[in-house]
Amino acid sequence: MTTVEALDRKLLRDFIRLWPQFLAISLVLAAGVAVLLMSFGMSAALEDTRKTYYERNRFADIFVDARSVPISFVEIIRRIDGIEAVEARVTTFTTLDIPGKIDTTVAYVASLAPAGPVLNRPTLRRGQWPDPQSTGEVVLNAPFAEANDLWPGDRFTATLNGVKRDLTVVGWALSPEFIYTIGPGSLIPDDEDYGIVWMPERALAALLDRTGAFDNLAVKLRPSARPKPIIDMLDQLLEPYGSWGAIGRDEQTSNAFIDAEITQLRALAYILPPVFLGITIFLVNMVIGRIVALERAEIGLLKALGYSDIAILFHYLLLAGLVAVCGVALGYAVGSWLSYGLARLYADFLKFPYLIYTVSWNAYVVSGLLGLFAASAGAARAAWSAARLAPATAMSPTAPPRFRRNWIDVALRRMHVSQPTMMILRSLIRWPVRAAMSVLGLSLAVAILVSSNFFPDSLDLIIDTGFHQSNRQHVVLFFNDTMDESALEDAARLPGVLQVEGQQYLPVILRHEHRQKRAVIEARRPGNDLSRIVSAEGEIVDAPPGGIMLSERLAAQLGLAVGDMVEVEFLGNRKGAYDLPVTRLVTQYFGLGAYMDQETADRLFQQAPQVSVINVTVDPARNAAFQAALKELPRLGGRAMMVENRRGFEETISENILVSTMVYALLGILITVGVAYNGARIQLSERARELASLRILGFTRGEVAYILMGEIMLLALIAQPLGWWIGWAVAKLMTDSFTSDLYAIPMVLKVSTFSSASLIVLGAAMASVLVVRRRLDRIDLVSVMKTRE
Amino acid sequence: MSGQELVFRTDNLTKVYQTGEVKVFALAGVDLELFSGELAVLLGPSGSGKSTLLNILGGLDHATDGRVWFHDLELTDLGDRGLTRFRRDHVGFVFQFYNLVPSLTARENVQLVTDVARDPMTPEEALERVGLSHRLDHFPAQLSGGEQQRVAIARAVAKRPEVLLCDEPTGALDSKTGIQVLEVLKHLNEELGTSTVVITHAAEIRKMAHRVIWFQDGRIANTEINDERLEPAEIDW
Ligand SMILES: Nc1ncnc2c1ncn2[C@@H]1O[C@H](COP(=O)(O)OP(=O)(O)O)[C@@H](O)[C@H]1O
Ligand SMILES: [Mg+2]
Repeated sequence: MTTVEALDRKLLRDFIRLWPQFLAISLVLAAGVAVLLMSFGMSAALEDTRKTYYERNRFADIFVDARSVPISFVEIIRRIDGIEAVEARVTTFTTLDIPGKIDTTVAYVASLAPAGPVLNRPTLRRGQWPDPQSTGEVVLNAPFAEANDLWPGDRFTATLNGVKRDLTVVGWALSPEFIYTIGPGSLIPDDEDYGIVWMPERALAALLDRTGAFDNLAVKLRPSARPKPIIDMLDQLLEPYGSWGAIGRDEQTSNAFIDAEITQLRALAYILPPVFLGITIFLVNMVIGRIVALERAEIGLLKALGYSDIAILFHYLLLAGLVAVCGVALGYAVGSWLSYGLARLYADFLKFPYLIYTVSWNAYVVSGLLGLFAASAGAARAAWSAARLAPATAMSPTAPPRFRRNWIDVALRRMHVSQPTMMILRSLIRWPVRAAMSVLGLSLAVAILVSSNFFPDSLDLIIDTGFHQSNRQHVVLFFNDTMDESALEDAARLPGVLQVEGQQYLPVILRHEHRQKRAVIEARRPGNDLSRIVSAEGEIVDAPPGGIMLSERLAAQLGLAVGDMVEVEFLGNRKGAYDLPVTRLVTQYFGLGAYMDQETADRLFQQAPQVSVINVTVDPARNAAFQAALKELPRLGGRAMMVENRRGFEETISENILVSTMVYALLGILITVGVAYNGARIQLSERARELASLRILGFTRGEVAYILMGEIMLLALIAQPLGWWIGWAVAKLMTDSFTSDLYAIPMVLKVSTFSSASLIVLGAAMASVLVVRRRLDRIDLVSVMKTRE
Repeated sequence: MSGQELVFRTDNLTKVYQTGEVKVFALAGVDLELFSGELAVLLGPSGSGKSTLLNILGGLDHATDGRVWFHDLELTDLGDRGLTRFRRDHVGFVFQFYNLVPSLTARENVQLVTDVARDPMTPEEALERVGLSHRLDHFPAQLSGGEQQRVAIARAVAKRPEVLLCDEPTGALDSKTGIQVLEVLKHLNEELGTSTVVITHAAEIRKMAHRVIWFQDGRIANTEINDERLEPAEIDW
């Protein structure tokens, strides 16, 4: 047996003897590695899949909606420098009548070019493409068809240009343009009540009187072209045709949602793994430090036997290396599994036709190296001090820890603290860095729980103000054109209708100084009861007459304050630019709201009162009759069921939240166990003798355990307020960073969020020290006393 | 000096250690009586079972066979809880290694015991009795070995235990310091009437005892009563 082998043997023995401690550390490290792999793996998979999908199906770069633009424009636009391809389509919103389904369904109907689309090409999933010459054959987007059980060969009716048409499903398709399909007035995808219908161009144009014209344009740019000037050019060209303005990919709804998902996944990789790696460093440092302290005499002996400093250094680094290997291996296993599994789930959820999952070796290499680095960084100090130990010093016992009396002792004496409590406090004061690091570690566990748990409460608030308080209507009726107010009376006469209220949506461009922003102004009567403007503070507000009211977010983006003048250019049916004063600001969670008093709008346009949206409440008992009547309404462009929107939102969200809450709870527990268990084990190792001597003096097991457990639990208690604070700060950071054009996440931190985080961490800490307490209970008093300190 | 009242009585006390195939009889049937107020010295070669006996008498260890009584209380019947109670109320220990709590001062180390005892002296009084009034607020690391051992003795006697069990109390000390410690023990035995058992391998120390008990191979080989006792200062070892 060579000497190296002997040292290796000792290494393995140490590792096996201390396995629970090393396991606890490995788990913390594994969590860091797994989260890193997962977030990189998933975001890369989503991005790659989306990229491939976009390329293969030629997803456009610029999108614009207008009304009945002469087809001659296509040629003009195609010649614009920087444009590679153009796809012009006839499009409309419509209501569908699906046999056997009571509720009306909204659909976006888009034409299919006779030779097949050159841009935003749908991928056929089932059945076949419609015959370009056919009049009633359509392809549906697959999730919608599946949700409504509409198979190739099935028939349904659509109201097109005021006339009900019989249509036949011939196929199912997926399109990169509609990965997220969100109906007008909705907030989340709802496959059952909103779908996409593709129809041959000839038939659709004939039905909508659009022969020789188009409504929707998609543009693909040459790789070198910049979108901004082309968007401006398109806006100029199409402005006379009621264009709402051209948008780039960043504003395309479907694409913007996926961007947000990928950003959030990426963010995970930057927030969590550093926490886990940092805690790994601390734990390895603590444990290896203790081992070196215990093995001083052996180290001296080894050196006396002729082992080099380097050999000793590597011996302890290697021990940490074993921990790293275990942690990284475990992290690889869990991370790969999670990464692939979740990417699959995501791809399914997003209805990608396929998943491109290429294993990112980089992520493995980076996370593996980080794991090794964390473990060696943790062991470095102790290993170095072992290597530097002179044999003579090593063989003599360590100097006992030096305690000194200071002002704190005087204070404690005054408070008549019991001696066991004094022992706890002195130990904290004697090793302040270790105590501080433990507190920090435990507080990070609390912070992870607080900052992940605040989300459901925030969503509750969004749902409450966004749905329950603002939108009290059952159904929103959208029309393709504005109508005069007599439409309200027609709606009121529909069966089962209890209340009706009108609103008008006016697409505009707002300009202030050099800034401009596209928005939709809601013109509404003061005192509306169904659709209300509720501020973030819960106040119900109306737009004051004589100007426009803006949401704070929109005002901030335009640099506007109350009293400033803003240039409002109306798009769509109402043309013209006006300078209007900002009369009020309102804080809101959702959207870039802009509001106007209906009478002010009417005076501005010198028109009779108009509506484009009608909010309705319906007697639930007569809902079927109401829905049946709706399907007959000729000009109804869309319809959103508020009641269902609410339910859908809550269901989608709460499922996701349950899973993620559990994952974060697990992460918090891993950290707590890592810190508390190792802390207690080291306490026990350092104090075994002291605690045994107390037992000999007649202290009971419980009294002695108090000293061991008290210190860790005291640290855990101190960690709570710090953890709350860090959690609060992280939550704040997250809400700030998630705030986008679409919404702001309010920070709702309830007492229960803090208390449940604390309960979990204190519970896990308690369980960890109780496991160590069992060792203490079994300690052999006699043999401890026989050995020298 | 030895009174008539029995403090400890053992009957065929046996302790067997099973290490692998080998059985070691640490105690091979010990019958012993210890009296109130007595200062007994246990002598014998290393491994003869002295510590084992002391640990069983003090309620730190269980016998394999035989019985032990403390007055009328049969220790061999007690579980961990009962033995803890017994140690807390009646026994003081002093070991070769002082086993002080390093994070507590001399006074606080004594207070550990006086805080939970039924009729303790004050920590200051206990430390005065061992001659350490001037070291109340020193931590163990700031005291010499002899001083630390005296703190340990103060801690052991502060609760006015009926018995004081000392396992080689001078084993780690030089002879001059050792004598100081023995003086403290003798003094406490006389002042407080604490029955005291002292294990030692320094045979000369037997001369300060009322009674000397010789151990050999887990058995009592011999006992002898000193008609004349020496002062520790007169002992030379
Ligand atoms: N924990 C133990 N396991 C095995 N043998 C032991 C143990 N403790 C003591 N012994 C053995 O019991 C015998 C008596 O030991 P001990 O009472 O310590 O002797 P003394 O104190 O007289 O030197 C010795 O042979 C010793 O080896
Ligand atoms: Mg012994």
